[in-house]
Amino acid sequence: MTPDPYFFLVIFAGVSLVFPLMPLGLAWVWRRFLQPPKPGPQKNATYECGVESTGEAQMQFQSQYYLYCIIFLIFDVEAVFLVPFAVAFTGLPVGAFVALLVFLLLLLEGLVWAWSKGCLDWAQTRKTAR
Amino acid sequence: MSNQIDEGLRSELQKRGVWVTSTQELYNWGRKNSIWPLQFGLACCAIEMIATAASRYDLARFGGEVFRPSPRQADLMIVAGTVTKKMAPQIVRLYNQMPDPKYVISMGACAISGGPFKQGYNVLKGIDRYIPVDVYIPGCPPRPEALLHAFMELQRKIAGQQLTGDDKAAFLERDQPSEYPVPAFGAHDLEPSSNPNVFHPPKIER
Repeated sequence: MTPDPYFFLVIFAGVSLVFPLMPLGLAWVWRRFLQPPKPGPQKNATYECGVESTGEAQMQFQSQYYLYCIIFLIFDVEAVFLVPFAVAFTGLPVGAFVALLVFLLLLLEGLVWAWSKGCLDWAQTRKTAR
Repeated sequence: MSNQIDEGLRSELQKRGVWVTSTQELYNWGRKNSIWPLQFGLACCAIEMIATAASRYDLARFGGEVFRPSPRQADLMIVAGTVTKKMAPQIVRLYNQMPDPKYVISMGACAISGGPFKQGYNVLKGIDRYIPVDVYIPGCPPRPEALLHAFMELQRKIAGQQLTGDDKAAFLERDQPSEYPVPAFGAHDLEPSSNPNVFHPPKIER
């Protein structure tokens, strides 16, 4: 008589339960009966880098970095398109040349707009970012 | 425990292929072969510590390669390098946050005594002023072999620790402190300048 093919799954589930629970149980038994507990204010502290925490945890951070990322994208995408443009420059038809100039103009326009809004100043106040 | 079985009988049994052990030996064997150091370096000795952990010297042979970035998971603090007075409170606080049993290796001349900066104004004259040190390694900096030797000495110490009886290990005593007072910055020096319960300077005989 062959065993049920799903019987191995039962064995597998049993082993996968016992295998992690056994060391956890042993550790619990050791801690419960043999280890003298020694808690303390520093040992129970939340922060664990050696420096005492100061101030409140619920404070606000300025989210200026996304502007920086967006403006970086202007230069990044521009470089990606400019390099093949420069390589193939001599063989380009007039239409492609004009199309790329329009593209560059759009990016340049965005840069000028961001500049005029004061997004290029790193240490800006909240008013100028709006 | 280990004194309950005759050593001759044990070696005789071992020759016959029967290995006799005790809970204490098994426990200490497990502990001494899985010492997890706290991952931090203070000065040039830390470079030697990194070399010890890397493939050429391979601390993993002794079970100590798992450098933990959190004191909660560390057993061993390797004070590798110059301890400035600015850094000393942080070291003591990290030591306090490590769970018992915990051990300290004082690596290099600076961590032992201040080393070449001993006469200076801003270097702690030995980390053993604030926390108990188990193994000292002289050298400036000590070679990785020296750190391995200190590691083996620590393993020997752990293997010899008793779990029961009158001379059981200190960390098993309930009234043995697990936290030591953290020094604070005073007007001229750290206050207190040493922990008298830990620091016993040698008597100089003249």
